[in-house]
Amino acid sequence: MPRRNDISKILIIGSGPIVIGQSAEFDYSGTQACKVLKSDGYEVVLCNSNPATIMTDPEVADRTYIEPLTKAYLERIIALEKEMMIDGSGKLALLPTVGGQTALNLAVELADSGVLERYQVELIGAQLNAIKMAEDRLLFKDAMVKIGLDVPKSALVNNLKDGLEFSDKIGYPVILRPSFTLGGTGGGIAYNREELLELLARGIDLSPVHEVLIEESVLGWKEYELEVIRDLDDNVVIICSIENFDPMGVHTGDSITVAPAQTLTDREYQLMRDAAISVIREIGVETGGSNIQFAVNPDTGRMVVIEMNPRVSRSSALASKATGFPIAKIAAKLAVGYKLDEIPNDITRKTPACFEPTIDYVVVKIPKWQFEKFSGASNCLGPQMKSVGEVMAIGRTFKEALMKGIRSLDTGTKTRSEAVDPKVLTQRLVTPQPERLNCLLHAFSQGMPVKQAHELTDIDPWFLFQLKEIAGKLTEVSENSVESIHPESLREAKRMGISDERLALALKSSAENVRRLRDQHGIWPVYKLVDTCAAEFESFTPYLYSTYEEEDEAPPTNRKKVMILGSGPNRIGQGIEFDYCCCHAAFALRDDGYETIMVNCNPETVSTDYDTSDRLYFEPLTLEDVLAVYHHEVRDGASVEVIVQFGGQTPLNLALPLQAEGVQIIGTSPESIDLAEDRQRFGKLLQELQIAQPPGRIVHGVEAAVAAARQVGYPVLVRPSYVLGGRAMAIAYDDESVVRYMKEAVEYSADRPVLIDHFLEDAIEVDVDALSDGEDVVIAGIMQHIEEAGIHSGDSSCVLPSITLSRHVLDLIRKWTFQLARALKVVGLMNIQFAVQNGDVYVLEVNPRASRTVPYVSKATNVQLAKIAVKLMTGRKLSELLPDHVAESADLSPAAGYFVKSPVFPWSKFPGVDAVLGPEMRSVGEVMGSADTFGEAFAKAQLSAGHKLPQSGTLFMSMESCHQHPAAQLARKFAELGFSIAATHDTADHLEKAGLRVERVYKVKEGRPNVVDLIKRDQVQLVLDTTRGQEPWFDHKAVRQAAITHRIPTITTVAAAWAVAEGISALQRNELNVRSLQQWHQEENIYELLAYA
Amino acid sequence: MQALLVLEDGRSFRGKANGAKIEGYGEVVFNTSITGYQEIFTDPSYSGQIVVLTNPQIGNYGTNPDDNESRRPYIEGLIVREFSPICSNWRSHQVTDEYLEEFKIPVISGIDTRALVRHLRTYGVMRGVISCTELDVQKLVAQVRAIPKMDGTDLAQVVTTKRRYEWDLGSQEAVSRISTRVARSGEWTPRYHVVAYDFGIKHNILRMLADAGCRMTVVPAKTSAEEVLALSPDGIFLSNGPGDPEPCTYARDNIRRLMGKVPIFGICLGHQLIGLALGGKTYKLKHGHHGGNHPVKNLETGKIAITAHNHNFAVDPGSLKESEVIKTHIDLNDNTLEGLRHRTLPLFSVQYHPEAAPGPHDSRHLFEDFVHMMAQFKKDKLYELAYA
Ligand SMILES: Nc1ncnc2c1ncn2[C@@H]1O[C@H](COP(=O)(O)OP(=O)(O)O)[C@@H](O)[C@H]1O
Ligand SMILES: Nc1ncnc2c1ncn2[C@@H]1O[C@H](COP(=O)(O)OP(=O)(O)O)[C@@H](O)[C@H]1O
Ligand SMILES: [Mg+2]
Ligand SMILES: [Mg+2]
Repeated sequence: MPRRNDISKILIIGSGPIVIGQSAEFDYSGTQACKVLKSDGYEVVLCNSNPATIMTDPEVADRTYIEPLTKAYLERIIALEKEMMIDGSGKLALLPTVGGQTALNLAVELADSGVLERYQVELIGAQLNAIKMAEDRLLFKDAMVKIGLDVPKSALVNNLKDGLEFSDKIGYPVILRPSFTLGGTGGGIAYNREELLELLARGIDLSPVHEVLIEESVLGWKEYELEVIRDLDDNVVIICSIENFDPMGVHTGDSITVAPAQTLTDREYQLMRDAAISVIREIGVETGGSNIQFAVNPDTGRMVVIEMNPRVSRSSALASKATGFPIAKIAAKLAVGYKLDEIPNDITRKTPACFEPTIDYVVVKIPKWQFEKFSGASNCLGPQMKSVGEVMAIGRTFKEALMKGIRSLDTGTKTRSEAVDPKVLTQRLVTPQPERLNCLLHAFSQGMPVKQAHELTDIDPWFLFQLKEIAGKLTEVSENSVESIHPESLREAKRMGISDERLALALKSSAENVRRLRDQHGIWPVYKLVDTCAAEFESFTPYLYSTYEEEDEAPPTNRKKVMILGSGPNRIGQGIEFDYCCCHAAFALRDDGYETIMVNCNPETVSTDYDTSDRLYFEPLTLEDVLAVYHHEVRDGASVEVIVQFGGQTPLNLALPLQAEGVQIIGTSPESIDLAEDRQRFGKLLQELQIAQPPGRIVHGVEAAVAAARQVGYPVLVRPSYVLGGRAMAIAYDDESVVRYMKEAVEYSADRPVLIDHFLEDAIEVDVDALSDGEDVVIAGIMQHIEEAGIHSGDSSCVLPSITLSRHVLDLIRKWTFQLARALKVVGLMNIQFAVQNGDVYVLEVNPRASRTVPYVSKATNVQLAKIAVKLMTGRKLSELLPDHVAESADLSPAAGYFVKSPVFPWSKFPGVDAVLGPEMRSVGEVMGSADTFGEAFAKAQLSAGHKLPQSGTLFMSMESCHQHPAAQLARKFAELGFSIAATHDTADHLEKAGLRVERVYKVKEGRPNVVDLIKRDQVQLVLDTTRGQEPWFDHKAVRQAAITHRIPTITTVAAAWAVAEGISALQRNELNVRSLQQWHQEENIYELLAYA
Repeated sequence: MQALLVLEDGRSFRGKANGAKIEGYGEVVFNTSITGYQEIFTDPSYSGQIVVLTNPQIGNYGTNPDDNESRRPYIEGLIVREFSPICSNWRSHQVTDEYLEEFKIPVISGIDTRALVRHLRTYGVMRGVISCTELDVQKLVAQVRAIPKMDGTDLAQVVTTKRRYEWDLGSQEAVSRISTRVARSGEWTPRYHVVAYDFGIKHNILRMLADAGCRMTVVPAKTSAEEVLALSPDGIFLSNGPGDPEPCTYARDNIRRLMGKVPIFGICLGHQLIGLALGGKTYKLKHGHHGGNHPVKNLETGKIAITAHNHNFAVDPGSLKESEVIKTHIDLNDNTLEGLRHRTLPLFSVQYHPEAAPGPHDSRHLFEDFVHMMAQFKKDKLYELAYA
């Protein structure tokens, strides 16, 4: 059955903002789907609220709606798109399987509410009943039993009583899983009745359908996943088997996983394969990929089915990267009628996609967590996913892949197994937590037998044995020195994947010395291909990994080449935006005729798609690995230029060491990058240029800190000098807080001082992105933050163009940006953060690199900043690329409207964490809202970020004393909008004094019913709670928490409150406008044409 | 202990000696299956061959008595990237290393198996030796060149059973412990009697036939057609096996005498022998098909199955008479012939392995097809008798 010609237009729904459990992998799959369908001649319409994606690039789809992913907006888009279609030109289809759970849920909503029928939209990829059967855990289980497969016993409950009864019957522990939530949100394990009640209550609340599945525990069983693909002709193939290192009980997203499965015999594997095939048939996923999870009892082999995801998933992205088989791309083609044997295998070219990849290496994925950002959150791992990113590593053995994976994590800490107290060790092994792997290595180095480790962890002995071998090797090495170690022993250690750095530690030497030693003995890695077929056929895509083997299969070419260093695992502060920039760099350089070389280790990304660059090295981003790639590429005399500006801080940190090894870095020089980061030297530069910055000091001790704080004036911002992303920053209002901070919150030393700056209160923060070739400068965007300075730039909403900045301020910002770009000889992109306090402008920070806002500004202005930047780095000039802007020294301008970017936070994954914003970044994703008015754009952004602004009801206010003046104005505004006002005692006093009617509400500890009670009773629709200082009142925390659980928007700053008011008034005007990016910019072109005419 | 792998063209690899510390000679072939090493070791079709497994981690789940495909390993030697000194699986009985040592199979581990596979892919399969006793490459090359080539060698008569035996065990017995289904009950009565020619038969073929309701009499490769017919079989099965089909002229001739008299089903070597009996030719593939992921298309239904392969030779489709033979299956990777059927006589065969072990189960229905053929044949016979 070939291509379906009855369909002419396909709507693809993206997965929205990056959140825990739904990350960049859906940009990867969505981009593949859009591209392949578009190139096949379909008109592709995309809706995704996340601007920091490649899929929302204007050329990827025919029309790109960066709009809220809600039923109402989708319906509007469908109506519009349907209107545009000429009768008889073909059908409109909806592909819901490449946008994660978000797209799937939305598709179900659209179908159930009759929208799809009303507009005659056909679901392709997965039918409604198949989605429902797979997603509804009970229906799914019934289906499994029907086809003779085993499942854990379970019951679906919607109240506590039934839950207790059932759990008592099957016995504890039990697993709780709310229906229809992402990444296991709200799930957990209850070991007793008390835990059950707590978890069940939360689960019922979090589930959109208020149902929780209680299930027999199979904790400690082996967990497996199979990636399955089916075509309309019922041909089914398995793409990859994945075995979890961490047994059942730890979400697969939080487990170290290994491909292919390592401890299954063929008999067991084939039974699992048969089961997977019957599952996909029974559920009726007609075409495309699905992920099916199994658990196997390690003592009896009993196999149970855990769940199925009838769509591409995080695991399918991993499987695609692990095998070279592009699941999403193939799935999209199958959805429009192609059969598996009609699609060629890109990699071998000669053989069809209808086969099962076989691999001759081992792939290990390791998650990355950031519990340190969420103080108060438990770092125990369980059935709910909590990791923010992941790395993948490829090696010829499990050991090699694992060790490469560990160093890919880029934890910033030295990889060492520190001594752990034996009692603590046992506990750390029993409870799954992020450090368990290191604890195991440590335990083995202390001589723990595999059997004991297995009893403590339930991890398969085969895996444990591998760790033991690594630990043994390290011990053996540590009995030597650089001088005495035998070259064979060194080679063996390298073959196990152990890094130079770790070896240096064992040899009491430096990584550099170990590298020199390897050079002496010729111990270098070779590069091998990922080819889907274990070398059975020739392959044509240079998708490479390093390994210590005999034969190198990837001779470098002698073309002009540029190597782009990616950003490694996603993490807070260094997310998908940087991958976006790296991809753009590759695209632009390819257009300019360069051979592009990508180095990255994040399987979720577009940059690690073998299509993105000419050569892909799936490698850790450490000096050792990057240098090795570099030496490999230059070995035949080719010259390679390296870009470190796009991947965020990870590659930037490599700039100087790489340069010291003779690597040619292009773009802004590593010296300038260093200068911008060196507080002292940078401060001097600003002084010379007469640019203002908040007064600051560098201190090494408690007394000096207090003295400095007094000198610069309270409040002060204190932070360690060596961390990024606002880690461990705090605002202190008095000596006492400074002392406490210095004593408790931070480690400092002679070479790691603490920075103390005057904190600019009530200042407007402004982010500027600019392009420069060292001489000319073009400002790409001046973004005004909604929240005031003090809230990390990544955590505050911002708007383009700016809304309240004066002419004078804008001019000063422009002038200083130009001066700084020239002074730092920026070649490429730079980002500056300013703060404007009472009309005075200060520079907070300069980042001479691509910033988080690049994709957002690019979407708003329709100028691909990263592409221009990379061309500048290769020597082209702004006067050639943006001649008009240079000539008129004009900024790039956004389309005629407002573009608001808003952050998205993972609070729901970390119960117990205070959701107050501060100088430490904690958002994981972002969305964009665009509209003709600021208010509507802001409301859309809020909606996309998951905050549905109420249009009426009660506003609860609790204001810091210094906010009493704006409080009254705000209250008046909300009253005008029809809201009643409730407030705590002090705030109410002030508001009443200002002549407002206010309902008085108790604080949490004052009495009852208090504000939390009101929130729980749905008597409050909006919370405005501004608090100051590092130690928020306990009751404020309780208020914010209640608001989060009850999904009540909470505003924590005055500035945002104003924006919300504008948003609400836009909503009250009942506006529901949608516009594609292409339309936004087309209109702009029309204006431009008019202007020229 | 050091070991060497030396190929007839002089290429050598240095690794570690495992398994039996003896020399092993044979044709070096690669297998791309991810799972199922034990089944591969014990498949008699590998007689005369040294196998390199592309999966780099071998031995992880040990070995167990249930997963044998014959009484002992038949490979001449094993080449792996990493050989597990421990085993982990609830069914495992013995560490793989010890198992191979016990059966006198030499192993070389720690070599760049991917480089070796690429070499074989480029230059074709070739003879080789694994040695940990003689470590002089030149000497070993000379010795390798002295062993007979696989082409033209009849290995079926070497591995075939010496004596006729009966078989009625189904797969349930073996897998009952891991399957949720219960073992076959005692009063099972076979509906058909199949005589299976053993050219190197795998146990799983017999189990599959038993599952389909057959009882088997397994006979040596050289059993004459007359002797077989005297057993009054409902059908005849021609098994897989090692080596070149061409020198097995006895088998070809017997098949000619049996064709049309009883339904015949052949697998692998059995398929090639049927090709020869039908007047066709066989030829040697450059590096053969050995793996569990080959897409085979049924040309009659358009359905694709993922199949297990293990063959170095293939039937030349051009050599078959269109008037007599229907080509039923092809491999989608390289379009080689993977199955055929006679236009009028009850006879069909496949080049690949529907019994899998190791490999996917997609084609198990072929055993049912064979049973249906026997049923139809019986019915037609009765009809003929009644109306004759
Ligand atoms: N019955 C169970 N016993 C023990 N652990 C379980 C059970 N069911 C699920 N889990 C654990 O919870 C995780 C999440 O469950 P899963 O059904 O896969 O939900 P999700 O949709 O969040 O992926 C699994 O990866 C597994 O580790
Ligand atoms: N002196 C200051 N006054 C007010 N706010 C500040 C000051 N310095 C930093 N901030 C706030 O802290 C946030 C993080 O500081 P920044 O220096 O940009 O660190 P990072 O490297 O983490 O981006 C800024 O976005 C800003 O909101
Ligand atoms: Mg899951
Ligand atoms: Mg900043």
